[in-house]
Amino acid sequence: MNDTQAATQQSHAPHFSTADFDQQLKDAGDKPVMVDFYADWCGPCKLAAPIIDRLSGEYADKAVIAKLDTDEDNEIAAKYGIQSIPTVIMFKNGQEVNRKIGFPGEPVYRQMLEKAIAA
Amino acid sequence: MSEKRSLVIIGSGPSGYTAALYAARAQLELTLFAGYQSGGQLMWTTDIENFPGFVQGVAGPQLMSDMRAQAERFGAQIRDEYVTAVDFSQRPFKIWNTLPDDVDPEAMTKASAEELQAITARVKKLEPAIEAQSVIISTGASSIMLNIPGEQKFFGHGVSTCAVCDAAFYKEKDTYVVGGGDSAMEDTLALTKFAKSVTVVHRREAFKASKIMQDRVLNNPKVKVLWNSAVTKVNGEDKVTGITISDLKNQTSWEVPTDGLFVAIGHTPMTTIFKDQVLLDEHGYVVTRQSHSHLGVEAAQAALDEKKLVAYPSMTSVEGVFAAGDVVDVRYKQAITAAAQGCSAALDAEKWLEALPTQ
Repeated sequence: MNDTQAATQQSHAPHFSTADFDQQLKDAGDKPVMVDFYADWCGPCKLAAPIIDRLSGEYADKAVIAKLDTDEDNEIAAKYGIQSIPTVIMFKNGQEVNRKIGFPGEPVYRQMLEKAIAA
Repeated sequence: MSEKRSLVIIGSGPSGYTAALYAARAQLELTLFAGYQSGGQLMWTTDIENFPGFVQGVAGPQLMSDMRAQAERFGAQIRDEYVTAVDFSQRPFKIWNTLPDDVDPEAMTKASAEELQAITARVKKLEPAIEAQSVIISTGASSIMLNIPGEQKFFGHGVSTCAVCDAAFYKEKDTYVVGGGDSAMEDTLALTKFAKSVTVVHRREAFKASKIMQDRVLNNPKVKVLWNSAVTKVNGEDKVTGITISDLKNQTSWEVPTDGLFVAIGHTPMTTIFKDQVLLDEHGYVVTRQSHSHLGVEAAQAALDEKKLVAYPSMTSVEGVFAAGDVVDVRYKQAITAAAQGCSAALDAEKWLEALPTQ
């Protein structure tokens, strides 16, 4: 097992749903919340998934990192105008502050997190 | 200090992973650079029905993660990083995998060729990550965009190159697909599962796609085709609300309302970082001794050995640098042909390394 696999096994980003989405944003307070909108049939989403999992462990103290299945929770996806996946949205104090459409690679997700934490 | 490897493979589609599988089984010390978007074009597909051995088809992303796991099982080191620059002017070849801090980490896929060349020049002032005795280039190809007004602005907001990923967001909508090859057919079929209608816009009078895919598209009641036509503009404010279509025969154009435009007009080889390093043809494909082009035939002629056989058919213009897959293939561009070329390149590299005088 390599380091990446080990880290992935240690952490799993939680799933948000239509029922708890707004509450989750509220509960996070002023911590940044990063949500990965994905679906099971989407190849690039599968590249993003282990990275989201790993970052959720690594940033556990500083940010909330979660996933939302656009297939199951399509109301939330529609509310945020998701038309392409993966899309990662960064929220702060309940408001969208940043968005990345498509899988850009881990360094971009890290940049987004660092920026939101520093803001 | 740079790491030393016998072989570096650049790219992670069917050709790169197959090369890694063969080279790992030959017990070569190898590193494969997979890039962030590892797995190549098949990651953007659903069922692959023409890869032999899978009677019921196989999901593209599944096939690629299995190929990767198979190469890793035999000891291939795979790194999810981009190669940002190469120097093939002398052996060992130098390979860089970092970008200067002020450069956008997405530059390798987003920057223009000119920008990328400027970045590469800066990267080369740093210490290379790896020194390699041999290299296999298998960087594949990326989607060609239409380069029309609005396309970039609305990317992800109604413009997409992955119908398979995004079709479900177009439930009961009217959608458009541009293209005429197999990937345009697959996009169209993916959309018919959700959309109210799918109109295929194609420049010519007939599709280039395989017969079976064409039949499925043309027989689908949700599909309409606009022949001899092109999309010339994407319209909208926050998201796509319409497109402009031009009839290429009588030069008329008109606007139609739509929520989604899916672009599938083909691919272009990813060779910017190899310019000035190995011989490329006029379209940017890497030339090897088995390229199906005049340059390939010339290279093969020049490489005939004493038995009148072509030595190291997958070798590029640089001794010790090989190439495989869609980055070379001007004709077939199939997963199976790419995998086959990856196999050839690994066998050639292995044999060539064996013949190297020991240092």
